[in-house]
Amino acid sequence: MTTTSTEHRVKGGVGESIRRADGIPKLTGNFAYASDLFHDRMLWGATLRSPFARARIVRLDVAPALAMAGVLAVLTQEDVPGEPLFGLERRDQPVLADGETRFWGEPVAIVAADDQETAKRAVASIIVEYEELEPLVDSEIAQQSGEIFRHARIRRGDPDAHGDIVVEGYYEMGSQDQAPLGTEAGLAIPDGEGGVDLYATSQWVHADHEQIHSCLGLAPEAVRCHPTGIGGAFGAREDMNMHIHACLLALRTGRPVKMVYDRAESFVGHVHRHPARMWYRHEADADGQLVRVEAKLILDGGAYGSTTAAVTANATYFAVGPYRVDTAVVDGYGVRTNNPPCGAMRGFGAVQSCFAYESQMDRLAAELGLDPLELRRRNALGHGDPMPTSGQIVTGSLPTVEVIDALAAIPLPAAVDSEDARHLPGGTGLTTPAAAVRRGIGYALGIKNFAFSEAFDDFSEARIIINPAGAEVHTAAVEVGQGLISVLQQIARTALGMENVIVVFDDTGQIGSAGSTSASRQTQVSGRAVLDASTALRAQILERYHGDDLDDRGVWKDGEMVATLDEVCADGPVEHHIRYRHPATEPTDENGQGNPHAGFGVAAHRAVVDVDPELGLVRVVRIDTAQDIGKALNPQSVIGQLEGGTLQGVGLAVMEELVIDGGEIRNASFTDYLLPTFLDAPPMEIRLIEDPDEWGPFGAKGIGEPPTISSTPAVVAAIRNATGRALYRSPVRPQDIVGL
Amino acid sequence: MIIELTINGEARTATVAGSESLLTTLREELALPGAKNACEQGECGSCSVLMDGTLVCSCLVMAADCDGAAVTTIEGIASDGVLNAVQHAMHDAGAVQCGFCTPGIVIAATNLFAEDPHPSPDTIREALAGNICRCTGYGAIMRALEQVAEGSS
Repeated sequence: MTTTSTEHRVKGGVGESIRRADGIPKLTGNFAYASDLFHDRMLWGATLRSPFARARIVRLDVAPALAMAGVLAVLTQEDVPGEPLFGLERRDQPVLADGETRFWGEPVAIVAADDQETAKRAVASIIVEYEELEPLVDSEIAQQSGEIFRHARIRRGDPDAHGDIVVEGYYEMGSQDQAPLGTEAGLAIPDGEGGVDLYATSQWVHADHEQIHSCLGLAPEAVRCHPTGIGGAFGAREDMNMHIHACLLALRTGRPVKMVYDRAESFVGHVHRHPARMWYRHEADADGQLVRVEAKLILDGGAYGSTTAAVTANATYFAVGPYRVDTAVVDGYGVRTNNPPCGAMRGFGAVQSCFAYESQMDRLAAELGLDPLELRRRNALGHGDPMPTSGQIVTGSLPTVEVIDALAAIPLPAAVDSEDARHLPGGTGLTTPAAAVRRGIGYALGIKNFAFSEAFDDFSEARIIINPAGAEVHTAAVEVGQGLISVLQQIARTALGMENVIVVFDDTGQIGSAGSTSASRQTQVSGRAVLDASTALRAQILERYHGDDLDDRGVWKDGEMVATLDEVCADGPVEHHIRYRHPATEPTDENGQGNPHAGFGVAAHRAVVDVDPELGLVRVVRIDTAQDIGKALNPQSVIGQLEGGTLQGVGLAVMEELVIDGGEIRNASFTDYLLPTFLDAPPMEIRLIEDPDEWGPFGAKGIGEPPTISSTPAVVAAIRNATGRALYRSPVRPQDIVGL
Repeated sequence: MIIELTINGEARTATVAGSESLLTTLREELALPGAKNACEQGECGSCSVLMDGTLVCSCLVMAADCDGAAVTTIEGIASDGVLNAVQHAMHDAGAVQCGFCTPGIVIAATNLFAEDPHPSPDTIREALAGNICRCTGYGAIMRALEQVAEGSS
């Protein structure tokens, strides 16, 4: 063979902004989401939910539903054959209510029927007599009553250390809904041998699998959870919702069962961001160097555990922000109430405390007469520093000062110069003349860890298979929209030297866990697994033929082909399978000291707002950001994450809040829960700071969460700057600005 | 009742219940799941289709009112597998993440450009204000649509 090779750099590898493999199917309506799945003889499931935040079930009579034509099954807690409880961190939530309902919307019974309408009518026909009980809905009372999921405690430094300059503040953050556009949905298909296959919205199919098979009372291999099309997640897909229910109904009826929540049910069917109350005291010396930070945080976990313990830990470990301080005293409480359960949402605890500590940093800057960015620069945490809370040394990159400087260098927009109503607060409602507008500018920094913490065994499995057509990346990591397919494809291309790479999502029976699509971890952890497996497989193939290069055609040596891909695969596909674990983390001691985290990243935002102070209307004119990303594996995707995450933070600053009253969500619809639209979304300028990290592939860091952390306090700071109001809570409502 | 309508140029019939929405008919009866159900209140635009050339939220249209109508869904936008200018620009700009809003945005933007081939960025934002995207922050979508408006895509 005389074919010659030239030194090749594979197309579509790391660093390029490749087109998404799922882009065209999604653009043409041909991408199958969980809610689009159909099956022959498929039934529809529906859920009866508690109308009370807390009640005892006195009588539950499902006979009227069972008697309806077209109804095939009605199940209650008595019909759960296995473990009656599920949960991510602690199994404390009944699959179906166990005699007492503990939050508004708790599932009580489930129905399978021929069609969705019949299923819903059957649900409505079930007779339940409740004895309403007094719900616990105040998180402070819950904390005082000892209703605590976790108390995370930090005692670091000299307890007697104090600074001359002291600022104290109390802050609140409302509950945010992830509001992924795709609601909870799935299809459970019985396998005819007593087992079941589930295709449902998820962020981690293996964690689902563990809870599902035990609640069904089935052996692990009898249940397979399959990755499927998911319309966004942002934390809302970490916990079980319809998963066990659909499987129970499918196994009971012997027929496929589909369940899809409508928007109103989605609002009660998934966990939310924890509302928080936060008390802070910052002490600094006259130069603005932080001396001591004290904080007490209460996060309302709602009725069941979900991930409240880990969220509380995060809020506590990141309670000071990306700043150096020798003395920190922090008590974080995740409490149990009868409010809707809270759990994961983008930022995972770091969002709440960031709003408070950045508000404090601004007050401190004002007290000292310092520029807000200068105060942050003077205290900036960096590589080699101990974390202000846990004391863990930052061994990876942490270019906080570079992030601040890059943000400060972005030009500011021109002053209000338009009478075009579309550019004014209130928009075409024509509420606000330009002369009434006050402009404000605000800054904020935030810090977040990546991957799982506190000794969690956090790993990802990947299998690379080479066959004559090219390479396949096998993983159970869940693509929720963030662009995982592209990044895994790019990593495998670069590492293998091959362009023909596809990503195959395996079910739980085919490959081990890839861990959760959360904690900004998949690019880092599953990306590293794919990198290591690809690198090893390439080395293995080159060694076999004593070659020096591999591409889509085969193996090369000194510019000549020594084996075609067909020859490489003559005895069948060649493959390499690995389980990658990131550097181990540790639990902390009784003072919260130790090495709980696997790495950190910082981001900063600058918001510019125009405010009508008389009506309390805000227009976010623009919001710019700089972020510490390690390395951009796909710059277009990185920018997409930063823009999208930032807008979620803007929403939390000015419009997004679940209104919860007596445990009941009062705005469980897109009419009443406001999300930013095209008209609300400000333009953004973005600076990517690339300072390679320790273990992520090619130095990459997680990038998904930091944009949602510092954006909120930056916008609120800008509103304070425009109005002079203290604004202690987020989101800022018109009445807060007007001072009602 | 039985309705007869033209969907993406093809004559179809459907049996619909009295209160059924066009969205339900498309998704459940006619095997056209491209229009998405995300709010069922006309707030998010995920279910957008063209009905006799008018942009509508199919969740708010009674299927019974579509007897004799011509409906264009996302499945009918690309012709013979060739993306239209909006789809093409969105693909190139990275304007698709989870993609649940994408069909509605493609329909609404295609409708806008049919009426106004060179809209300003402000006009694009207003025209798309009924389409919520939770993933992108709208940045990449705006870059794509501004390219189409400039005729450079």
